[in-house]
Amino acid sequence: MSSSQPVFIHRRRRGAELVLLVLALCVGIGAYAAVGLGVQGHVPADIVGYGGWLAGLVIAAHVVIRFVAPYADPVLLPLVAALNGLGLAVIHRLDLAKGEGSAFAQRQLFWMSVGVVLFVATLVLLRDHRVLQRFTYTSGLTAVALLVLPLLPGIGNTKNGAKIWIQVGPMSFQPGELAKVLLVVCFAGYLVLHRDALALAGRRIAGIDLPRGRDLGPILAMWLVSLGVLVFQRDLGSSLLFFGLFLVMLYVATERAGWLIVGGGLFAAGALAAYQLFAHVRNRFDIWLDPMAHFDESPGSGQLVEGLFGMAWGGLVGRGFGDGSPWRVPYAESDFIIAAIGEELGLTAVMAVLVCYGLIVERGLRTAVISRDGFGKLMATGLAVSLALQVFVVVGGVTRLIPLTGLTTPFLSYGGSSLVANWVIVALLLRISDLARRPLPDLDAEDDADDAETQVVKLP
Amino acid sequence: MNKPIRTISAFCLVLFLALLANATYLQYWAAGDYGDDARNRRVVDAEYSRERGAILVGRTPVAQSVPVDDQYEFLREYPMPFQYAPVTGYFGYGGAVTGIEKSQNDVLSGDDDRLFVTRLVDLLSNEAAKGGDISLTINKDAQQAAWDGLNELGGGTRGAVVALEPATGKVLAMVSTPSFDPATLASHDFAANQAAYDALAADPAKPLLNRAVQDPLPPGSTFKIVTAAAALESGRYTADGDVPGGSTYQLPQTSGETGLVDNQGRACGAGNDARIPFSQALEQSCNTTFARLAVELGGDALGEQAEKFGFNQEYFEDLQSTSGDSTQAVSTFPDELNPPQTGQAGFGQFDVRATPLQMAMVVAGIANQGRVMKPYLVGEVQSADSDTIDAPEPEELSQAVSPETAAGLTEMLVNTVNDGTAGPAAIPGIQVAGKTGTAESGRDDVPPYAWFVSFAPADNPQVAVAVMIESADVDEIAGGLLGGPIAKSVMEAVLKP
Repeated sequence: MSSSQPVFIHRRRRGAELVLLVLALCVGIGAYAAVGLGVQGHVPADIVGYGGWLAGLVIAAHVVIRFVAPYADPVLLPLVAALNGLGLAVIHRLDLAKGEGSAFAQRQLFWMSVGVVLFVATLVLLRDHRVLQRFTYTSGLTAVALLVLPLLPGIGNTKNGAKIWIQVGPMSFQPGELAKVLLVVCFAGYLVLHRDALALAGRRIAGIDLPRGRDLGPILAMWLVSLGVLVFQRDLGSSLLFFGLFLVMLYVATERAGWLIVGGGLFAAGALAAYQLFAHVRNRFDIWLDPMAHFDESPGSGQLVEGLFGMAWGGLVGRGFGDGSPWRVPYAESDFIIAAIGEELGLTAVMAVLVCYGLIVERGLRTAVISRDGFGKLMATGLAVSLALQVFVVVGGVTRLIPLTGLTTPFLSYGGSSLVANWVIVALLLRISDLARRPLPDLDAEDDADDAETQVVKLP
Repeated sequence: MNKPIRTISAFCLVLFLALLANATYLQYWAAGDYGDDARNRRVVDAEYSRERGAILVGRTPVAQSVPVDDQYEFLREYPMPFQYAPVTGYFGYGGAVTGIEKSQNDVLSGDDDRLFVTRLVDLLSNEAAKGGDISLTINKDAQQAAWDGLNELGGGTRGAVVALEPATGKVLAMVSTPSFDPATLASHDFAANQAAYDALAADPAKPLLNRAVQDPLPPGSTFKIVTAAAALESGRYTADGDVPGGSTYQLPQTSGETGLVDNQGRACGAGNDARIPFSQALEQSCNTTFARLAVELGGDALGEQAEKFGFNQEYFEDLQSTSGDSTQAVSTFPDELNPPQTGQAGFGQFDVRATPLQMAMVVAGIANQGRVMKPYLVGEVQSADSDTIDAPEPEELSQAVSPETAAGLTEMLVNTVNDGTAGPAAIPGIQVAGKTGTAESGRDDVPPYAWFVSFAPADNPQVAVAVMIESADVDEIAGGLLGGPIAKSVMEAVLKP
C-alpha cells in the first residue's frame, strides 16, 4: 500500500482553504443579493444578518479544521460551502415566488447550522476514523433499523408514494440519509476484514474469475436489502444508490472485476423483475422514454416536463433570478433544484455545479488513494462514490438521462436529513484526508546513521 | 486497492461527463424543440408579455400594446374595435390569436427575420425587444363609409362590404356586421375572455364570423357578370350584339312551375324566342337570357370562367384562424351540372356560392382589363421605429378575360348603373359600373340576400366594391336599394379629392 510510495510531504494549505472559502461565500451571499435584486428589485434587507450567519458558520468550520484536522484537504469545505450557499439562495428565490409564509430557506439555514454543528462535533470527537471500524456491525444494524423505521405504523409517513419518512411530533426525518453514512462504515469495516477471503477463493469460468458461492452471501444479502427498500418503501433512488455503493466497495476491496459482472447481472435481473412486477417502476420507465406523451396524466410526467421546459428556457446563460418561472416545477426546492438553477442561471451554472460535485468526488477518491489504511481507503471511496451516484441519479433523472427516481441533490436541495448527513460525510472525508496527508511521526529521529542509509536505499 | 479506486475514478468521470453532455444537449440543442411545444407555458407567457407592434391604418393604430402594471406587462388595445375586428382579429392568451394578429404574428412579436437588425440593436442597447408594426392596405375613410353604411340599415344587419384596388388587389375596406370587441377576448382575465368567447360563439347572429371572407352565399344576379364574361370569351356573342331573351324560359328536361325562369316583369323582350341587345339583358338583369346563355355554353365553360376569377380557389392568406390556416372560405362553382342546374347557375343560383371578397375580385378583374389580382391586406412591414422594411408586391392571380371582353363588360355595367337596375350607385360626374343581385336563399324562412358590386371611375378604375346583406330589419330586400348606396359611399370615400 502507501508505504511503498515515494514520501511526499503534504502541506497544510489552510490559507488556501480560507481564500477559497471567501470565494465560496461570495457565491452564496452574492446569489442571495442577486435573488433580492432580481425578484424584489432591491438587495434583501437582512443581507448583513444572513451573510454574517453564513460566513460565521463557514469560518467556524474552518477554524475548527485548523485546530483538529490541520492537514485536511483544503478544497472540500469551500466546495461544500459554495453549493450550500447557492442552494440557500435558490430556495429563498422559490420562497419569494410562493409568497408570504414560505420559509424553506430559513429552515434550510437552520438545518445547515445543525449540519455544521455535527460537522464540528464529528471532527472534534473523532480524532481517528479507524475508531469507527469497531462499530462495523453496530452501524450495520442501526442502518437497517433506520431503514425499517418508516415502515412502522405510528411514526412512518408516506409522502408522494414513498414511505421514507418518519414523523415524530412536528419533526419529520428521512432516516435513509443517515443510513447511507452508517452503511458505508459497515461495508468498509466488513470488507476490510474479509477482503482476502472474498478475493482469493474463486473459480474461473469462461476466463472470468467468479467468487465462490458462499462468498456471494453478502452481495446477495445487499441485493435483497435494496430490493426490500424498493418494494416496501417504493424508493427507487435509494435502492439504486445502496446497491451501486456496495458493489463499488466490494470491487475496490477485492480488486476483482468479477464482482462487477455478478453485480451488474443482479442489477439487470432486479431491474427487469421490478419493471415486470411494479406498476410505478413501469410508469417511470415509460415516462423516461416519452415524457411528452404522459404530460397530462396522473401520475404523469408533468413535473419532469416542466423541469425540462424550464432548463430549455434557461438556455446557455439562464433567465436571471426573478425572470424565470421555476415555481412551475413541483418540488423545485428539493429534488428538482437543478432545474430551477438551469432555468434562471443557465447551462453555465449547471455545469459549474456539476464540476463542483465532480471536484468533491475527485478529492474524496484522491483521499482514498493516499490513505494509509484499508479501512480509510474503503470508507473514503464509499463516501465519494455515494455522492457521485446520488448526483448522477438525481441530476440524470431530472435532465432525462436516466429514468427519474427521487433523491435529493446533496447540499443544494431543501431537506434537513440530507443536508445534515452530507455535512457529516464531508467531516468524515476531511478526517480521513487529515490522517492521510499528515506526515508520518518521525519515530526514528534518534536512530543512528544506519537507518538513514536504509532509507536512502528505499528511495526509488 | 489503488488500482480499482482509479478505475472507479474513471467511472465517476464518465458519469459526470455524461451529465454535462446531457445538460448541454438539453439546454442548447434540444432547447428549441422544447420551446416550440404548445404546452410550454413559459414560452406562451413570454410571447404574451412582449411589447407587440401595432396594426396601423395610415398612421392610426387599430391594435396596439399598452403598458400595464401586472404580470404580463402589456395589454392589447383595439381603438376601433367593432369596425376592425374582422381584420385585426384578437390577441388572446395561449394561442387564442386570429386575423392579422395571427398571420403577422412573427412581425408583431418581433421574431421575424426581417426585423433581425432591430433585434440586434435592441440586444446591444439592452432594451427589451419590440415587435414591428403592420400597416394595412385599408383606406380609413372607405372602411368608415362601409361600416356606417351597414349600420345605417339598423343594428341587426348581417352583412359585409369589401373594397379592392383593382390594379393591385389591395383591400381598401373590409367590414362585417355584427362584429365584436376583440378587447373582451384579449384581456388578462382569462376566465372572462373564455366567457366572452363562449357568449360570442353561441350568438345566433355569429358576430365572430367574418362575412366578407368566411361565408359563401348564393351571389344571385351579380354572378351574371361571370356568365356574360364566359359568353363574350366564347366568341359567339359581342357586347354590342344581341342575345336570346324572352319573358320566360323553361329549363331543359323540366316541366311546370319549378323549371320555369322568369324576369319578374322586367323588359327582356316578348315571346320565348326573342333576341335583345346584350346590354339590355344586363341592364334589366334578365334571368331568361343568362339561363339560356349558361345552358348554351355548358356548365364546364361557365365553371372554367368562374375559376379564372377565383372560384374554387384559395388566394387570401392574410387572415388566419387560431390554427394558422387561412380563414378564407372557398367560393364554389359546382362541377358536373346537368342542363337545368347549369341554367340556374347562369344567374347565380343552384349551388353557386360566393363571398363578398370573391365578387369584389370579379368586378376588380373586369376593371383591371381582365387581370385578377391576388387580394392582400398587409401594405407594409415596419420596424418599431416606423422604418419600412418590407412592402409586399402585388401579384396577379389570373387573366380572367381579355381586355376587349373587359372593356365590353365595363360598358354594359356602366349602362346598368346609368339606365338599369344599378341606379342607386350612380355618382354625379363619375362613370360608375355596377350590378345588383338579389339571391334566393333557397329556404322559405330565410329572406333573400341582397348583393351589389361596382367599380369606378369606369375609364380609370380606382376602387371595386362588393356589398352583401344577408339580412336586415327592412321591409324588402333588394340589392340595388340596400347595397347601392353603401357601394356608392365607399367609392366616394376612395375617390374624393
